[in-house]
Amino acid sequence: MTISRGARYALTSLMGVGLAFIYVPLSVVIINSFNASRTFSWPPEQYTTIWWSKAIDNPGVREALRWSVLAGLLATAIALVLGTCLAFAVSRYQFFGREVISLLVVLPISLPGIVTGLALNSAFTRQLGVSTGLLTVVVGHATFCIVIVYNNALARLRRMGTSLQEASMDLGASGFTTFRLITLPNLASALFAGALLAFGLSFDEIVVTTFTAGPGIQTLPIWIYNNLFRPNQAPIVNVVAATLVVISIIPIYLSQKLSQDSTSGGRI
Amino acid sequence: MEARMHKKRLFSVIAATSAAALILSGCGGSSSSTSGVPKVDMMKSLGKGEGQVNIVAWAGYVENGSTDPKVDWVTDFEKSTGCKVNVKNGATSDDMVALMKTGEYDVVSASGDASLRLIYGGDVAPVNTKLIPNYADIFDNLKMQPWNSVDGVAYGVPHGRGANLLAYRTDIVKPAPTSWGSVFDVNSPYKGKITAYDSPIYIADAALYLMKTKPELGIKYPYALDQKQFDASVELLKAQKPLIGEYWGDYLKHVASLKSGATVLGTTWQVNINLAQGEKTKVEGIKPVEGSTGWSDTWMISSKAKHPNCAYQWMNHIVSPAANAGVAEWFGEAPSNAKSCDLTADKNHCATFHASDDAYWKDVYYWNTPTEKCLDGRKDAKCIPYAEWVKAWSSLRNA
Amino acid sequence: MIDQISDSLHKRPRLRLTALLSAPLLWLVVAYLGALATLLISAFFTIDSFTGNIVQQFTLTNFSDMFTDAAYRNVVLRTLGIAIAVTLMCTVLAIPMAFYMAKVAKPRTRKLLVALVLTPLWASYLVKIYSWRSMLEPRTGVVDWLLGPIGIHSPGFGITAVIIGLTYLWLPYMILPLFAGMERLPNNLLDASGDLGAHNWYTFRKVIFPLLFPSLVAGSMFTFSLSLGDYITTQIIGGKLQMLGSVVYQNFSINLPFAATISFIPVTIMGIYLYLVRRSGALENM
Repeated sequence: MTISRGARYALTSLMGVGLAFIYVPLSVVIINSFNASRTFSWPPEQYTTIWWSKAIDNPGVREALRWSVLAGLLATAIALVLGTCLAFAVSRYQFFGREVISLLVVLPISLPGIVTGLALNSAFTRQLGVSTGLLTVVVGHATFCIVIVYNNALARLRRMGTSLQEASMDLGASGFTTFRLITLPNLASALFAGALLAFGLSFDEIVVTTFTAGPGIQTLPIWIYNNLFRPNQAPIVNVVAATLVVISIIPIYLSQKLSQDSTSGGRI
Repeated sequence: MEARMHKKRLFSVIAATSAAALILSGCGGSSSSTSGVPKVDMMKSLGKGEGQVNIVAWAGYVENGSTDPKVDWVTDFEKSTGCKVNVKNGATSDDMVALMKTGEYDVVSASGDASLRLIYGGDVAPVNTKLIPNYADIFDNLKMQPWNSVDGVAYGVPHGRGANLLAYRTDIVKPAPTSWGSVFDVNSPYKGKITAYDSPIYIADAALYLMKTKPELGIKYPYALDQKQFDASVELLKAQKPLIGEYWGDYLKHVASLKSGATVLGTTWQVNINLAQGEKTKVEGIKPVEGSTGWSDTWMISSKAKHPNCAYQWMNHIVSPAANAGVAEWFGEAPSNAKSCDLTADKNHCATFHASDDAYWKDVYYWNTPTEKCLDGRKDAKCIPYAEWVKAWSSLRNA
Repeated sequence: MIDQISDSLHKRPRLRLTALLSAPLLWLVVAYLGALATLLISAFFTIDSFTGNIVQQFTLTNFSDMFTDAAYRNVVLRTLGIAIAVTLMCTVLAIPMAFYMAKVAKPRTRKLLVALVLTPLWASYLVKIYSWRSMLEPRTGVVDWLLGPIGIHSPGFGITAVIIGLTYLWLPYMILPLFAGMERLPNNLLDASGDLGAHNWYTFRKVIFPLLFPSLVAGSMFTFSLSLGDYITTQIIGGKLQMLGSVVYQNFSINLPFAATISFIPVTIMGIYLYLVRRSGALENM
């Protein structure tokens, strides 16, 4: 494709500006995790690695990490099952209300988190009398993770078509065997990409979690929120953040490789 | 035919869901009670601890060493009773009332503008003071007060009391302020860097200022305001709004702002001054000439407490001489236990905070809950109840 | 045994369909929509002014309060304005970036660029906003330190800071659908437009933009809805700014019915938005 030199130059510099916009604040976070001042006076006058060692020892961080991972895994598992079921139903069958499904499934993620969180909280605590805890957090997260898995699975199922499935059944395999040996392997990478994104979303979620986690549970975002301004803990928050940024390269790379047909990876 | 059947099924699902939702919403919640205090049972005897206690407290009241390793009266409690402490800081009294209503917390340190609401809302239970050995040593003029007892029944254990102060950056605000007028002055040179407390109760601070500077309004008690007095107070706050940089509720954010200079002047608590000074900020707090609003806090136990034995053990612990001294020094308030005065690290603490100096408290107006019946005793006027304070504050903040 | 079940299911497509649909629909319709409905119903209740307990009598007081008080009208308009501003800024930033990534960059660089754009999504939302607090601190922040010498100063905390912060947070959600959309644009279309004499800007307006529209709508749905309900960013870098989310958050514990009333607004706005979006086909494009 031919692009004039002027346009190319303009686009490249805009891209550079954009990337700078994205990465300068993140670099500030990483630099501040080495900032000796507890209140991050800028520019840092002294550098230290003491916060990193404190972060590793910090019991609050470790517990919060445990809760986040646990909630994320459970929510992702539920979302995987429900999202895939839904994707199968929508892609393979015709039924009344099929168009409404795509609207319904997108609703938890398109309504502001505060409304979802509020609704779930009042339903749990006032109507059902269930006290908030891990269960309620997982329910909250799974609800908006369903759409991620659903979209990925749906896109793949549509691309896959039904011909392989039909051929397999013509050759005598039962429905279940076909599913196990034909459909699932083809679906696997899309599901994995969806699961990865769902987990990421659940891991970073703060708003709905604030409403659905009770006094006993502190997921990592909640721990960060509570410690953001505490002079002793704020540097540790920076360390945690810096770690998250660095570690996240792995799942990003993985999900990139796997979701070739839904490069609009991101939130969906 | 198929489509119609499916349609019917879909509609019946929706109808059933809506019906269920309507029915369920009818079942939840409790009915209101303004005719008297709801009957809640008092604990008769102490049993074994349940292993944990969930506390709603003012920031700085429940310290376990994570803010400052030397400030810790929780760890020894946890060790000796086996009750693990989970604490949630309430930013304002409204926050605390709401948190207690969820029924998920066992104990709350309630100020006067929360305590009565909790009592009348059935959210707290009477306290059996016989189960709290340290109750005997508490200053008598804090026990059985209008904000922590009803009809001779004690609803809490007094914690301590203090005044809201005027904070100012000594290196930026010159000359040093002496009056609340400095935060209401529309020509202030510190416009945009002034702070105010983010709660409807702050209207009383405006009323207090008017009480001293506009006596023609006839305000006698900042929590008893008739329509005219209330409107005047709100007008003052509206005029103040352009001066405000941040309304603070999160004490740590407030301290961070004091340190960075985003805030240089405004209402605060002693604990915030202490924290900021610990961060090498040049800041001081004073009680201005007009006096100040303040608070006298009470530890109360939830009517739905899931861990009542640990709750009672906590209440006893926090008013024990050592712990009470620790909190009083850390937070910067007068302790409630008379024996604490001997245990404070600073031997002058009780004197500095006027623990037994009644004259000091004459112009400190503890947070209280405004009701339609005027709290200053007026029979001929109707005062504005707290619900209206909340509405007016919300309008002010959102405009 | 499993084969028997799968055989009997094979003969009954409707049973299979019901089995597939029941669990997710139960979750979404009964649990989620049910909770939502219960919340919105409580908007018609009030609370006892002294004790704060909910009085379950049907009344429209909350709604009349909300509509008559100018303060709430202001909050709604202000929040809408912020959401629109954020969406526009994201669009303006995202289009050239997406175009570069899709059309100008070499394939190897493209993968790297996508990864670079995606990485911030995993950095905690809170930390990103807090880093902006560091950046925008008046006089001592990073912005003043970096750009002060050329005369640009931090706007301080307030509505500008919130718009910048929210744009920063949601930018990747706008870049990715646009990138996907641009990838699907056939190169020869753009060449043809150029061959026919259109200069770049004309090509963009008449060829690229209309084809990108569904992706744009898909991306804007997130920037819009996320900005509409946000309250944390306002708390951290907004100074005394109040948004819809702040009002809901401040009211949910002391006056749930009123919080539910306010919630009607973002729900309605997003409902309308979703309806319009559905007609444009963007839901298929996410």
